[in-house]
Order: sequence, then C-alpha cells, then structure tokens
Amino acid sequence: MDQKLYRKRVRTNRIGLTLSMMAMALGLFVLLWILSVLFINGFAALDWNMFTQSTPAPGTEGGGLANAIVGSLLMVGFATLVSTPIGILAGVYLAEYGDQSKTAEVTRFVTDIMLSAPSIVLGLFVYAILVAQVKHFSGWAGMIALSLIAIPVVLRTTENMLRLVPGSLREAAFALGAPRWKVATMVTLRAAKSGVVTGLLLAIARISGETAPLLFTALNNQFFSMNMNAPMSNLPVVIFQFAMSPYENWVRLAWGGALLITLSVLVLNIIARVFFRDKTVKS
Amino acid sequence: MDTLPAEAGLLDQRRLEVVKKQRKQDFIFHKLTLGFSLIVLVSLVGIILSLAVVAWPSFQKFGVEFLWRVEWDIINEEFGAAIAIFGTLTSAAIAVLIAVPLSFGIALFLTETCPVWLRRPLGTAIELLAAVPSIIYGMFGLFIFAPLFAEYGQPALQSTLGQMPLIGPLFGGATNGIGILAAGLVLAFMILPFIAAVMRDVFEIVPPILRESAYGVGCTTWEVVRFIVLPYTQQGVIGGIMLGLGRALGETMAVTFVIGNSQRIGTSLFSPGSSIASTLANEFGEAADFHLSTLFALGLLLFLITFVVLAFAKILILRTERAKGLKT
Repeated sequence: MDQKLYRKRVRTNRIGLTLSMMAMALGLFVLLWILSVLFINGFAALDWNMFTQSTPAPGTEGGGLANAIVGSLLMVGFATLVSTPIGILAGVYLAEYGDQSKTAEVTRFVTDIMLSAPSIVLGLFVYAILVAQVKHFSGWAGMIALSLIAIPVVLRTTENMLRLVPGSLREAAFALGAPRWKVATMVTLRAAKSGVVTGLLLAIARISGETAPLLFTALNNQFFSMNMNAPMSNLPVVIFQFAMSPYENWVRLAWGGALLITLSVLVLNIIARVFFRDKTVKS
Repeated sequence: MDTLPAEAGLLDQRRLEVVKKQRKQDFIFHKLTLGFSLIVLVSLVGIILSLAVVAWPSFQKFGVEFLWRVEWDIINEEFGAAIAIFGTLTSAAIAVLIAVPLSFGIALFLTETCPVWLRRPLGTAIELLAAVPSIIYGMFGLFIFAPLFAEYGQPALQSTLGQMPLIGPLFGGATNGIGILAAGLVLAFMILPFIAAVMRDVFEIVPPILRESAYGVGCTTWEVVRFIVLPYTQQGVIGGIMLGLGRALGETMAVTFVIGNSQRIGTSLFSPGSSIASTLANEFGEAADFHLSTLFALGLLLFLITFVVLAFAKILILRTERAKGLKT
C-alpha cells in the first residue's frame, strides 16, 4: 500500500519536473529559432548599400536604410539625453526623500504601471498634444514619445540601485556635515553608478525597438533628413511598412533592418548585464 | 586670550552662513527632484485628459453603447468598439492560457531543478526573449510561424479539437495561418518571459526554512512547489500573470502582423480579427476628423483596461514582497 503511494508520488514528481524542463527547452528553442531566422534572413540582406543609400521608392530597385538608421539614432540619442537627467533625478527623489511621502508612493506605483503600459497610447498622447497642434509629424514628437517610455525605466532602476547603497555610507557623509544634495549626488549616486548606467542601457535598448509610438509621431520620411522638425524616417516604422509590402527588395530591407535593431538591442542588454555584474562583484 | 571669543563668534557666523546656504541648496534640490518625479504623474493625467478631449465627439455620439456596438463602418462613420475589444480580449486570453503553464515550468526549473551554475545563463536567455523588440515577433509570426501553422498546426487542430462537440466550431474555417489564434500564440511567447521572471522572483522569496522543512519530512520537489511554494507566493504569481495579461492587451506590432486585420467577429479562432492596438496602427494614417476621434476613444479604452489590470498586478506583487519582510 505504502509502496504504491510512494510510487505514485515519485511518478507525479517525475512528470512535473519533466514538463518543467520541456517548458524551459521550448523557451530556449523559440529564442534560438527567432534569432537564427533573423540571422539567416538578415545577413542575406546585409550589404554596403544598406548603410549608404536611402529607402527606395515603391517599385524601384536597390536602396538602403541610411535615412532610417540616422533617424533612429537621432531620435533615440535625443530621447536618451532628455530622459537621463529626468529619470535619474526623479529616482534620487524616490530613493532619498521618498520614504514617508505619499506623493513618492503614488509616483512609484504609477511608474511601475507606465513601465508596462501600452506604448501605442503614448504615441496617441504625443500626437494629441504636439502633432495635432503644430499640424505636422516631426522627429521631436518621436523623441518625446520615446522619452516618455524611457523615463520610467531609468527612474525605477536608479531608485532600486540607490536603495542598495548601504545606509552607513550616507550617515558617514552626513556626519561630516555634507548637505543632502551633496550626499545624494556625490556619495550615493556615485556608489550606485554602475547600476544606474545599467538602467540607462536597458532604457536605450527598450526604446530602440519601439515602433507603435513612432507611427503617430515621427511617421516616416522617404528621404534622407536630419531635420528634427520634419517627419523623420526610423528603422522600426520602415520595417513595419516594408515587411507588409509586396515588393521583394522592401521585404529584404525589412529583414536587414530587423537584424540591425535586434543585434543592437541584444548587445546593449548583454553589455548592461556583464557591466553590472562585474562592478557589483568587485565592490 | 581675549581674541578667542571674537574669533569663535566669527567662526559661528561663518558656519551659520554655510548652513544657511546649504539649507537653500537642499531646498532647491528637494524641489527639483520632486518636480522631475512628478513628470510621471503629470504624463499619466495628461494621457487620460488629452485622449478624452480628442475622443469626446465620438463618445458624445455613441455614448456607452460604443462598448458593445458590433459595427465598424468608416464610410458612414458608424463605429463600435465591440469587434476590437473582442479581438483584444480573446487574443490576450489565449496568450495567457498558453504562457502561464510554460512560465510556471520555467520558473520551477530555474528555482528548483536547474544546477546553480546554469541558473544565470538560462535566466538571462529567457530575459533576452523579453528584450527582442515586438516588431521582430511580428515579422517572425508573419513570415515563419504563420505558414508553418497553416500547413501543420491548423489542420492538426482541426482534425482533433475541431471534431469535438461544442468547441469544434472554434477550430473551423479556412486555415491560412493568420488570425486570432495565431496572434494569441505569438503573444504567448512575448509575455512568457515577463510572467516567468516574476514567478521566479517570488519563488525565491519563500524562506529557505519552509522549503527545507518540507524536504525534511520527505516531500518530493513537485510536492514542495505545489503545496509550499505556490500557496506561499499565490498573490505574487497571480500578479505576474496579470502583468503578462496587461502586456498582451496593449501589444501592438506583434499582433498587427498576424491577427489578419479584419473588422468582424468570426465564429472560429482561425478567422482574422483585429485588436484595439492593431486597429490604431492600421487605420491611424488614413483617419481624419470623426474617424480619428473614434480611434482615440479606442485608445483611451485600451489605456483604461490595461491600467486597471496592471494596477491590480502591481498590488498583488507588492503584497507578496511585503509578506517577505514580515514573515521571515
């Protein structure tokens, strides 16, 4: 009798663990599958023209993604410049002043929700407040939409990293008579530097692949343009339009662009992780 | 000797000035950081207000009825949200149904059975699945997954589940690979890493002493997870699932590529449909005036739905994490 029960328990255990291992294997398989498809199709599309020529008109041969690459770099670059100080200082507030304050608690809660909120709605928001008012799409509008996505990411990682800094470090600085702002900027923020940089890298990775908010803000531009005040081409939107198109060279360029984006996003993610681990192991 | 008190006084004076200056600096720093952190709150209020303002004409015309009207006629400007809401909810529900057991398996593997040296790389690999941009999932779904699904997956489903009573019609119709079921499947793999990450994190919160006691009285790994870890982390696990659901509801690009983008409600899960986000992405470019206002109404609905789901998720996860502080 006992033997029977025992065998049944062992069997359940074995089935459960096998299924869990299969789930893990399936997850890994999907990742590898997506990456391999991307590498095969992407590298087949990759050539020098992709970086030197602009997106082709419908039905014309050749062409590249130069305008989209530059547009993406510009918008992501500016969005990073804007969201870095805002996100870091807001994170400092939550970590250094935010323990008793109700405002901080609400901000923290809302930030966590904004981290997962549908990005397409942020695009609608920027369209309503900016694009609809000035009556044209622009790189600035795209940049604002991307910043709104990046700020919560930077904010939350900064706060979490500042909270890891031991309280004794703060107290030591206070005991020397340092004012609060100096303690925050020159002691805790410095101690948490690697963590904050990690957050920044993750934020850049996140916004590099965002498509939906750019559809309503930066739109697209068939020509090479560095004017942030005009519609601006960018890789995600170009991929979206080209992948769904009937033209063979457009689809090919879409794969090339997809490879570029995924590579940069994954590399940023891996750098962020390695960077953070190295720094934390040392300290 | 008599210079000392004067000097001390001077020193105090100077100190006082320094302290005053620092007070002022601290005050400015406090307000500055507070101001920046308020940007998040302001943008939340701004999103709701600005969307509501643009969507107003549409709400005014259709009223509450907008929620269940099954109509999407651009030419005659007769709109209802039911089709898009239906597509959003069904595709997200399918995604959650598939992703939850898989995430649970992954979290279980990573916290219980996986050798310690493999935990980090495997965990990172799953996190990278979350880092892949959604548009890549969309392309993958359209070019690779949909053809395979049409050739092998759908016929297989049709000949098995499709033959069963009641649920049979759900798997009927043309098998062209794209549709609500395909969107749900692609979404499942997009939200899987988010759910798995939360589950893994809350599983690790379980005090080792609880786990070890259970092993000590002779529980198998499965029993420990089923009767100790899961009940202990219940709220966090549900929170993780809600977080995944929130993601699935608002996902745009992956869904737009594979859902088929047709404004009707089919009886089969194979039939094409549309979600709120895919409708926005597809029609925004050509929309004007009243059509545009209706799209904003859809956007506002989407935001409110996801906000409630995500808020719920957050509360549950927070509760589990607080329990950690109290009970250990």
